[in-house]
Amino acid sequence: MEKVYDKVSFTSKTSPTGYCPGCGHGTAHKLFASALEHFNLRDKTVLIYPVGCGGLAMPWINVNVIGAAHGRAGAIATAIKRTNPDNFVISYQGDGDLAAIGTAETIHAANRGENITVIFINNANFGMTGGQMAPTTMLGQTATTAQSGRSLEEHGAPLRMAEMIATLDAPKYVARFALHDAKNILKAQQGIMKAVELQVKGEGYSFVELLSMCPTNWKKSPADCAAYMDEAVLKAFPLGVFKDVK
Amino acid sequence: MSKEFIKGNEAIAEAAVRAGCRFFAGYPITPQNEVPEYLSARLPEVGGHFIQGESEIASVYMVFGVAATGIRSMTSSSGPGFALKAEGISFLAGGQIPAVLVNVSRGGPAIGTIEPAQQDYFSAVHAPAPGGFRCFVLAPQNVQEAADFVYEAFDIADKYRTPVYVLADGMIGNMMEVVELPKMRDLADLPSNDSWRFNKYNDDGTARILSTYMPMGELMQNKNKEMAAMYETWEKEEQRWEEYMIDDAEYIVTAYGSSARIAKSAVKELRAEGIKVGLIRAITLYPFPKDAFDKLDYTKVKKMFCAEMSIPGQYIYDVQNAVLGRSEIIPIQTSGGVIMETDMVVAAVKENL
Amino acid sequence: MAKIEVDKEFCKSCGLCVKECPKQIIKIGRTVNSKGYNVAEQTDEAQCTGCKLCAIVCPDMAITVYK
Repeated sequence: MEKVYDKVSFTSKTSPTGYCPGCGHGTAHKLFASALEHFNLRDKTVLIYPVGCGGLAMPWINVNVIGAAHGRAGAIATAIKRTNPDNFVISYQGDGDLAAIGTAETIHAANRGENITVIFINNANFGMTGGQMAPTTMLGQTATTAQSGRSLEEHGAPLRMAEMIATLDAPKYVARFALHDAKNILKAQQGIMKAVELQVKGEGYSFVELLSMCPTNWKKSPADCAAYMDEAVLKAFPLGVFKDVK
Repeated sequence: MSKEFIKGNEAIAEAAVRAGCRFFAGYPITPQNEVPEYLSARLPEVGGHFIQGESEIASVYMVFGVAATGIRSMTSSSGPGFALKAEGISFLAGGQIPAVLVNVSRGGPAIGTIEPAQQDYFSAVHAPAPGGFRCFVLAPQNVQEAADFVYEAFDIADKYRTPVYVLADGMIGNMMEVVELPKMRDLADLPSNDSWRFNKYNDDGTARILSTYMPMGELMQNKNKEMAAMYETWEKEEQRWEEYMIDDAEYIVTAYGSSARIAKSAVKELRAEGIKVGLIRAITLYPFPKDAFDKLDYTKVKKMFCAEMSIPGQYIYDVQNAVLGRSEIIPIQTSGGVIMETDMVVAAVKENL
Repeated sequence: MAKIEVDKEFCKSCGLCVKECPKQIIKIGRTVNSKGYNVAEQTDEAQCTGCKLCAIVCPDMAITVYK
């Protein structure tokens, strides 16, 4: 029998990522690491890590990484790609990093149409710091800083980043996928492949939002998180490709 | 050598390019606007890159990212912009990333004024941001020095892998003077950065991680000690100041930057009236030129004066810390954009003979 | 003919593979890894079709599939 599915070649073989059991960050890492492997990009890759759970795979991934200050990955990715066009630049960010403190950097990098790939993990809370409300926390969803649940009157509605970015002229590919079951993960893998390929061909900015489970802060088992994704998260954040410029 | 009649901000920008700077990110703020304006056209001419960031915050992190790939990088702003860039400067220091920062200072705090002042001293010299790190700080007093110090700042930054902070002010930035611009450096002559730039894999194929996060206190403490040792080296080897008519001086005026230039005129005027006055001008603000004050013969010094454009005073604290009570120090201060005047210094000295 | 191998030290006992397997032939076993997680294991190799869904859904690439 042959191996038909195995670990990505360059990531750690001895210890797993630092993510919680069932966390979507692990899945997201698998997807973009597979894309790097597929296009043989590992040796050219520069990965911009956020502040937040997203950065916990730093020792595992074995790719050149720069830890950005919270929210600033968009600016760093912009500048590194322009001055080092041969590097393959990924800005990997969570919802606190990208949609709260980093909103300006996110929108302006997209609006400038930088030739970078942005992978945005939306798990509807600030994970690393213990489950505070994020700009993507859903109406009615509780958080440690919105203990009776997010309300439209007090907190406004969750930000739909993919749709916002898709309204800008420069971005070439903007899509949202989910990571809670194999069917959706396969679609997400294709989306990430497409985004990576765009950068490889130098065609411009791609933005992939990945709805991701956070068992620890959603206070649900991974399996229940998957159900919650279908019941609530996918309704607040519709899946789809919002921009795909040929 | 080419002599040019050039504005301070433009001399700063051109000197950076000649020093091998090939990346600049900045944001509009008076009184430094000509720096980004000039570089937006000039950098592409030399194969460099310019980005006007969406904020000072984005701009300083663009510099952090590019400098981390070993490309000589600079940003400039004024006081309010440096408040916004503070965390980024901390990342440059903590990440041991060489970069040049130019502050064309203005009256403050808050929006303040667009006129020259020296009210950013404490933040530049003692705490550009929380975390206890220092920057190497140079204070030019005219356009020639602004160009020379920016030019040299890139070498100091590479030598120590640290952010180097050139503290000018609105006057220096917007004055035109005849300047001899330094020669254009050949990038091939610049020190190699392959040993530390993060976008290069190690020879054994392992990746490089540039992260300023330390998972344990001991690791951070080690880094703090490493940086403290570097600061000690600066204090031993890099103190710079100018002395003017000190040997027989009974009264000594001390100042830095534009205030020192103005104070020198006062010293000349007083000397012409037979009053024995000298000047000590701090050129490096950090490392502070303590030695200049230690070597004085305080039996001959009757009084000292400290001229600075900041109320309350800031530079005066470091002067007091260097003089250690061996002489009275009388402040001569303007602030908020009110410019120091020769007559003020002359009057202050005469009132305290 | 197909089977899976679970990397004992990579499994975090999240159970997503158990849920996803169409043949329901994966369960959380009694073997415990160094982190204290009970490791997933295949219960009936003969039924495995090598469809890879378990490996696809695994957030930690703990599952290697053979076919």
